[in-house]
Amino acid sequence: MAKFKEKLSGRIFFTLALTSITALAIITLFIFREGVPMLGSVLGSTWAPSRGEFGIIPMVAGTVSVTLGAALIGVPIGICCAIFMAELAPERMRNMFRPAIQLLAGIPSVVYGFWGMMFVVPFIRNYLGGPGLSIVAGSVVLSLMMLPTIISISEVSVLALPRTYKEGALALGMTHWQTIRSVQLPAAKSGIVAAVILGMGRAVGETMAVIMVLGNAVAFPTSVLDPVRTLTTNIGIEMGYATGEHRQALFATGIVLFVIIMALNITAQNLTRKKIKK
Amino acid sequence: MNARTSEKVAKGIIWGVAVAIIGALISIMGFILIRGLPAINLEFLTQASYDMGRGGGIFPSIVGTIAITLLAVSVALPFGIGTAFYLAEYTKGGIIPRIIRFGAESLAGIPSIVYGLFGFIFFVDILNLGWSILAGGLTVAIMMLPMIIRTSEEAILAVPKIYREASFSLGATKWQTIRCAVTPSAVRGIANGIILSIGRCIAETAAVMLTAGSALRMADSVFSSTRTMAVHFYLLATEGTAMDNAYGTAAILIILIFLINVVANSAVNRFVAKKNKGAK
Repeated sequence: MAKFKEKLSGRIFFTLALTSITALAIITLFIFREGVPMLGSVLGSTWAPSRGEFGIIPMVAGTVSVTLGAALIGVPIGICCAIFMAELAPERMRNMFRPAIQLLAGIPSVVYGFWGMMFVVPFIRNYLGGPGLSIVAGSVVLSLMMLPTIISISEVSVLALPRTYKEGALALGMTHWQTIRSVQLPAAKSGIVAAVILGMGRAVGETMAVIMVLGNAVAFPTSVLDPVRTLTTNIGIEMGYATGEHRQALFATGIVLFVIIMALNITAQNLTRKKIKK
Repeated sequence: MNARTSEKVAKGIIWGVAVAIIGALISIMGFILIRGLPAINLEFLTQASYDMGRGGGIFPSIVGTIAITLLAVSVALPFGIGTAFYLAEYTKGGIIPRIIRFGAESLAGIPSIVYGLFGFIFFVDILNLGWSILAGGLTVAIMMLPMIIRTSEEAILAVPKIYREASFSLGATKWQTIRCAVTPSAVRGIANGIILSIGRCIAETAAVMLTAGSALRMADSVFSSTRTMAVHFYLLATEGTAMDNAYGTAAILIILIFLINVVANSAVNRFVAKKNKGAK
């Protein structure tokens, strides 16, 4: 009986695992099956579905500019917070900070978008000019949303360093900040870079929050105060009513998104793996 | 600048940034709660909405959210945990576990809108389920899978090797070892991952909107379309016509996410406390 259960349980676990991975593989398959026929026609620079033009280059520009803007704001803040949690915060404070960051990760993206719509957009409109719905607004909202990823992964990679690094540096007479800056951060570099890449992946993939603050105009942005549309929002806005070639073009947009995210993820995975091997 | 001054300046900046982040969190939550809590009352929670959500309550959306979450969790749970046990206990390298782990890791970062696209073409269109709770729940289930696999596998691998060795040395089979020695110590970690993915599911908007639709009426079966709270909030907020109801819905979402995080954290803390106690 025990032997039978043994065999059966092994089989069941294997089957469950196989089903999971099949489900995940099917996703890739169907996105590509739908989108590949239009993949050639999305390389143009005009998006006008009613005229049969499906160029997504403006959206690629939108995604890139918003993501870089978010990284510009979010990365320094995130790394500061990671240093704070790994090195500076007293024990009790750290125990309050960690759940707070987790909560930041759990807040629905629509709530972030709404906050951006009510505070960030009017602020930009009143003080910086333009319509307010803009690259800057999207960058501010996304920078906040990428923080949890950057903070938690950077913190882990700083904490994972051998204690001797820090002790050695302090014993040489370095101040705590000098130790952090010239020993711990460089040593944890690959982990921190991975954290930044994954954070940017989060920003590239975000849909609902940016729909609410970007303005969604289908044109090349000429200034950071211009409204733009990203790859994700293009799908989110038009999927509801698209048919035929238009729908396939949206799936092709999905493929481009998929490939960008995969490239970011694989790069991050390689960075962290290399570190473990070392 | 000498070393002592730069030490002070740098630490000051870092403290300032940390405080600012907590401030941002409090301001976002406070802004929603202050405006949303007054809109919440028994009627708001138990009445159907009318006039495109401008009047009445959000009861159908609450039911829709619960239905999709329950469906997603009950589908994703066995597959996610089963896969985690397979990876952690039954494999020692080899090509298949490598593929599974790579797949799960890579797909964890795929944007929810892409899951939505898939759900739309596969469940809504090809399987002809239409915009429905079933299509939405299954899509979200697949979306949760990578996270459940990863957190469960971590929890299982965190169980000390000695538990397994002791169990084997008593003559237990692998299955008995997993059931009686590994699972009890891993269960809190696994539960934590599941609780957090329930939070993700409640907060999810993009994928659900593409697969479950946005019908405001009460769902009568898993085949009817529904509008989850997150989608309801999004539509009200962007239409800008019923701000009171929008704030109220957002406040309920925030409270739910907050409670879920509190529960998850206490689960982790108890898990850690128990483990430390065991080590002594």
